[in-house]
Amino acid sequence: MEPLVVAKNLVKIYQAGEIEVRALRGVSFEINPGQFVSFTGPSGSGKTTLLNLIGSLDVQTSGELVVAGQHVNQLNIRQRANFRGHNIGIIFQDFNLIPVLTVRENVEYPLLMVKPTPAAERSKIVTKLLEQVGIAEQADKFPNQISGGQKQRVAIARALSTAPKLVLADEPTANLDKATSTRIIDLMKELKNQLGTSFIFSTHDPRVVSHADIIYVLEDGQLQTPTAENTMGHGGKN
Amino acid sequence: METARIAFRNLYRQKRRTGLTVSIIAFGVVAVILFTALAGSFKNMMISQITDSMLGHLQIHRSGYVESLDTMPLNLVIEEKHIDQLKKVLGEIREIEGYTLRILLATLLSNYADTTNIKLSAIDPASEQLVTPLLPGRITEGKFLEKGQILLPNLVARGLELGIASEAVVIATNVDGSVNGTSLVVSGIVETTVGPSGKYGYIHIDDARELLRMESLQVSEVAIRLKDAETLTPVMKKLQTALEGIKDDKGKPVFEVHPWKALSPFNNIANMIDLMTIFIQVILVTIVLISIMNVMLMAVYERTKEIGTIAAIGTMPSSIMSLFIFEGLFLGIAGVAVGNITGLVLVYAVKAAEMTISFGQSDNILLAPQISLSTMLATTFIVILVTLLGAVEPAYKASQLDPVEALRN
Ligand SMILES: Nc1ncnc2c1ncn2[C@@H]1O[C@H](COP(=O)(O)OP(=O)(O)OP(=O)(O)O)[C@@H](O)[C@H]1O
Ligand SMILES: [Mg+2]
Repeated sequence: MEPLVVAKNLVKIYQAGEIEVRALRGVSFEINPGQFVSFTGPSGSGKTTLLNLIGSLDVQTSGELVVAGQHVNQLNIRQRANFRGHNIGIIFQDFNLIPVLTVRENVEYPLLMVKPTPAAERSKIVTKLLEQVGIAEQADKFPNQISGGQKQRVAIARALSTAPKLVLADEPTANLDKATSTRIIDLMKELKNQLGTSFIFSTHDPRVVSHADIIYVLEDGQLQTPTAENTMGHGGKN
Repeated sequence: METARIAFRNLYRQKRRTGLTVSIIAFGVVAVILFTALAGSFKNMMISQITDSMLGHLQIHRSGYVESLDTMPLNLVIEEKHIDQLKKVLGEIREIEGYTLRILLATLLSNYADTTNIKLSAIDPASEQLVTPLLPGRITEGKFLEKGQILLPNLVARGLELGIASEAVVIATNVDGSVNGTSLVVSGIVETTVGPSGKYGYIHIDDARELLRMESLQVSEVAIRLKDAETLTPVMKKLQTALEGIKDDKGKPVFEVHPWKALSPFNNIANMIDLMTIFIQVILVTIVLISIMNVMLMAVYERTKEIGTIAAIGTMPSSIMSLFIFEGLFLGIAGVAVGNITGLVLVYAVKAAEMTISFGQSDNILLAPQISLSTMLATTFIVILVTLLGAVEPAYKASQLDPVEALRN
């Protein structure tokens, strides 16, 4: 099976004025389709940086990164937007729903602006997703009328609306309480099983981490060698 | 078109900001409409003061007369046979409401003690009132003219202490150089106004013919009133074509035709009002442009996170750009619509309020603002264009935001 993400000796250096920040210092890994992967590590270890690279929101300084068969650093800005729109779903830490749109309209948005879909099909996809994330009853509410956990469900539905191969979630539970966090991660995992979409999320939270099939620990821009527990305990076989 | 729908929905859901922006644009449009309507009304009123109290819309003279108008030469007159030809031509042009024949003469006026120079316009009272209907209104004391009477400008009347019903002697030199005088009764005092013929006195044309010992009818000036002042240029063309064939013994054309504009310095003021209107329009359009750019830039700034989000999930820069351009376009259309309606209502309100102003020595001139469809269409077009222009730069900015940067907000 062709891996979904291949990273080889990935380096990202930020130039902050005079100072160079080496956010990633040679990171290598492979992620296969249908895996539920977590990147964890202390603040500043490079989790967001890595997810931005995988999501083609940014490009590496050196090393190789292939996502869905595409060397993303070879794409220009427009091509990267198009690539994201068709291959990647993104879930944000603070939900980032569009405030003037209802729940349903938020989920529908990518099917209008990113991957135009005929109305009938669009409506079917949205209705199904709203049910799958358990938010169908709130469909006509605006984001400021629902709870944080509900917002993140909407965001998950939005990320899945274009049927991406890969969903990226940078600290999706950082703004949620413990119980809700667990439920959101469980929901993502369930959707992964139903749809076969791969999920990559980053988190600080050890409890949330433990739900992942594969756990990568970043420290100071480098991957720690996976411990036996990480790989053996949860395995990538689901 | 989805982008247009989404842009519309964004505006519709952001009622406050949309309302504010639409008001700014509408305000600009209302200002343009009101100013144009009032300035236009003032200009028209001023023009009609001049055409309706002195000049008429068009004047016909013997070729070369206007050049030497100051001396009122009696040898440059329109002869009787030419008058007949002219009457025939005038009778055939439907746009002409009426015309009047005048003899202009430079005379001496005496109260038996003192003497002064005065320019007189010798008129036929009936047709004169048809061509310059505001003339009787300029009479501040006494009545309009009959045969054997004289209307004096107030400065001369005061200077010579000539009151109503007092007797005055008019002395003139005729075309052969012989001097003759006649005594006339002051029928009224006419106020002097600014302009070339504003200090003229008036006598009856028959008295002038006697005074000048004219055997046949000869006139210095034919003043014409049109049914609609707007037809001035075409009528003038028609007249010129019809009259250019009439030549004198030496083969030179007999007549010259002048519009009121060529005879009055007020033309410059009218042009200045036009210029000022354009100037104000430019300023207002600039204000609209700056406001729109400002509001749109603020919107982009406020919505940085939203823009970052839609960019991150894969919306193309071009789509983001058109989203904001559509928003600008719709704001412009809404603003213009609201502005046009409000402006029209205000114009009619001012009209209905029957406000009056004073101009020169005439007060109680009714302010009649009006706005033409073409002005409104032009304003509409320009403002929408300007709104679009104002939206381009912020829209471009939005489309070029780096999603990672934008999301950090
Ligand atoms: N745009 C940038 N310019 C300069 N330095 C940056 C930039 N973005 C991140 N960094 C630096 O790169 C390093 C990695 O940052 P990153 O945000 O990837 O860490 P993180 O693991 O996501 O941390 P956190 O858990 O706090 O979100 C940090 O030292 C950070 O300060
Ligand atoms: Mg981070």
